Amino acid sequence: MSNVLNISPAPHIFAKDTTRSLMLDVIIALSPALIASIYYFGYGAIIVTLTSVVSCLVFEYLIQRFVLKGPVTITDGSAVVTGLLLAFNLPSNMPVFIIIIGSIVSIGIAKMTFGGLGNNPFNPALVGRVFLLISFPVQMTSWPVPSGFNTGYSDAVTGATPLALVKEGLKNGESVSDLMHQVPSHMQMFYGHMGGSMGEVAAAALILGLIYMLIRKTITWHIPVAVLGSIAAFTAILWLINPDKNADPMFHLLTGGVMLGAIFMATDYVTSPMSYKGMIIFGVGIGVLTVIIRVFGAYPEGISFAILIMNAFVPLMNKYIKPVRFGEEVSNG
Amino acid sequence: MIKTFPYGGTHPPDNKLTADGKIVYPPLPSSVSIPLLQHAGIPAISVVTKGDKVLTGQLIAKAGGFISANIHSSVSGVVTKIDKVTDSSGYKQESIIIEVTGDEWKDTIDRDPAIRREIILSGEEILNRCLESGIVGLGGAAFPTHVKLKVPAGKKCDLLIINGVECEPYLTSDHRMMLEKGEEIITGILIMMKALNVSRAMIGIENNKPDTIEHLGKLCKEISEITVHPLKVKYPQGGEKQLIKALINREVPSGGLPIDVGVVVQNAGTAFAVYEAVQKNKPLIERVVTITGKSLASPSNYMVRIGTLVSDLIKAAGGLPENTGKIINGGPMMGKAVTTADVPVVKATSGIVILKKEESLRRPVGPCIRCGKCNTVCALKLEPYLLMALTRKDLTERAETERITDCCECGSCSYICPAARPLLDYIRLGKSQVLQMKRERTLEKNKA
Repeated sequence: MSNVLNISPAPHIFAKDTTRSLMLDVIIALSPALIASIYYFGYGAIIVTLTSVVSCLVFEYLIQRFVLKGPVTITDGSAVVTGLLLAFNLPSNMPVFIIIIGSIVSIGIAKMTFGGLGNNPFNPALVGRVFLLISFPVQMTSWPVPSGFNTGYSDAVTGATPLALVKEGLKNGESVSDLMHQVPSHMQMFYGHMGGSMGEVAAAALILGLIYMLIRKTITWHIPVAVLGSIAAFTAILWLINPDKNADPMFHLLTGGVMLGAIFMATDYVTSPMSYKGMIIFGVGIGVLTVIIRVFGAYPEGISFAILIMNAFVPLMNKYIKPVRFGEEVSNG
Repeated sequence: MIKTFPYGGTHPPDNKLTADGKIVYPPLPSSVSIPLLQHAGIPAISVVTKGDKVLTGQLIAKAGGFISANIHSSVSGVVTKIDKVTDSSGYKQESIIIEVTGDEWKDTIDRDPAIRREIILSGEEILNRCLESGIVGLGGAAFPTHVKLKVPAGKKCDLLIINGVECEPYLTSDHRMMLEKGEEIITGILIMMKALNVSRAMIGIENNKPDTIEHLGKLCKEISEITVHPLKVKYPQGGEKQLIKALINREVPSGGLPIDVGVVVQNAGTAFAVYEAVQKNKPLIERVVTITGKSLASPSNYMVRIGTLVSDLIKAAGGLPENTGKIINGGPMMGKAVTTADVPVVKATSGIVILKKEESLRRPVGPCIRCGKCNTVCALKLEPYLLMALTRKDLTERAETERITDCCECGSCSYICPAARPLLDYIRLGKSQVLQMKRERTLEKNKA
């Protein structure tokens, strides 16, 4: 026998999914929302996305190659996902240099300083977004009004998001029913025809991505359902108590980054709990915090902060929320 | 609803290439090498010496203790030497090597193929016959059957479960046995029920074998004590704990045995061996082995004499393909890769899987992306990523409290990991360290 045989312990066969294929699935799931935002925001969406993705890849490469002097793993797709998500969290008229700063923060500070893929406690794209929100509040909150390729890039006509409009109106003593006439209808919002970050507006496209990821088993239903369910439940209670002061649950689900956050940001593998039980608690925590920030806080939008706050609890949850082991609690019927 | 165990599990591709392949009797080998340790427990002690003439079915080694098993010659011939020979574990084992001169059977063995249904022997006699005939579990662990069929004092057994799951990809030996030797297996089950003094038996078969489910179902129609249960395909359903959970929703306690929940589990192939031992007085000298692999010319199910070299069987199945990268003794999920095909088939050999070069390599390891897939596939609800991390950091005591020793080494975690992390490799290491720590603890307690 001339053959040299390979020896290794069992198992000898492996599932097809790899880190890269999972990341690719996320990218595919993000593409309907990307197409929708190009449809609504035109060139701006393309420029922001390309800048964000390319600079995330470049910074990951530079850091791995010249700072860590280790292997370069930009082909695993994780930096592309971070770049896409960062872009999705920005207005489509964002100046290029600000996007590049956001990428440095996302990849350099939020991801690589902690040891790269798998070790970052906070969602890198969200860290980037929140950093920009605090550093460049004007640019981060002037939202182009969607009008396709007529939107333009640096010269886009801007307006408030429905969420900010309602928050501002309520502060001035207007009633919800009046304010609802000033914002797009629920159906328009569902398809994404409103101002906002470029990737967060089209709920329909994001849900399409969710369905794809669920079918491909890239993620499980636990986190999205927990986030959306708890936001719906909490806002429904507030709405039922005082429909004049509180917007209806559907409005809350369709505006701001709720869909993007629940489907793509909170479900990030690295920064979410490992067990189903933990995922549910994590999701409900995000939902409740989001509503608290939106309704009682200073910001009109709350899900980015809510996710980052819950990210901080993930190690604790992984440590203390354990599955009941097989044969641990024996109740034999 | 069709049953399965409730949590964890994976679906590796079936690849049952030989599911339709009738059991074939290959030509007798020119020599056999029969290891003295083919079972769980302590080695048997040789009762023959060099130059002895032996008949097929003649005792050549006696059980070395309670948990041990007799070994019989699988051919007739001359003992040429008793020497250390590399077996499938890769270690050298004391083995009896017999040069085959023919196939002359011991005359106490009933070689008439007619089925004998009537059970004459008493429970005690059945146990003795299993002991004499060297019967061990043929599912893989090779635990001596006479020990398993004896309910320990203080325990109660109310159910016999027959494991016809065969959840390992590629392997079809149990499948073919159940299909071709169904009546013998049913009689074997009745014999074991008599020995255990139970009035109920369940046969669990995954529903990727509808022919078998139908066949055994038909045979059991008149026998109300035995029922056949189709199970939803999910690996590792052939594990005792998973099978019991799937069939009757009892959970074997952590660190316990099936008997703790009143159950004994026996493999379908074992039922056939018990039948032959009890009804035909035939010791365990042959078994069905699936020789398979995508690159193999003619993958087949062979009825193989114990001690036949794997290389002889591969030759019979069309020869070792040029691009072979790995030869696995057992299935691809739990089997062992061997360094050479020149190892003997033993009682526990259920199949040989040949992988091509490109199938045989592990993928490069990436960082853990904390996807949690290893947790969700673990049928014992352990956290493989954590057990691996604890082992790497030598946190043996924490590994113990996280129940690393519950791991049944089914390999689902390593199979599913998208970053190709060697989870089970580390868990095995961690398990052995925990067991070592426990031994030391007992020693210290005994000293004090």
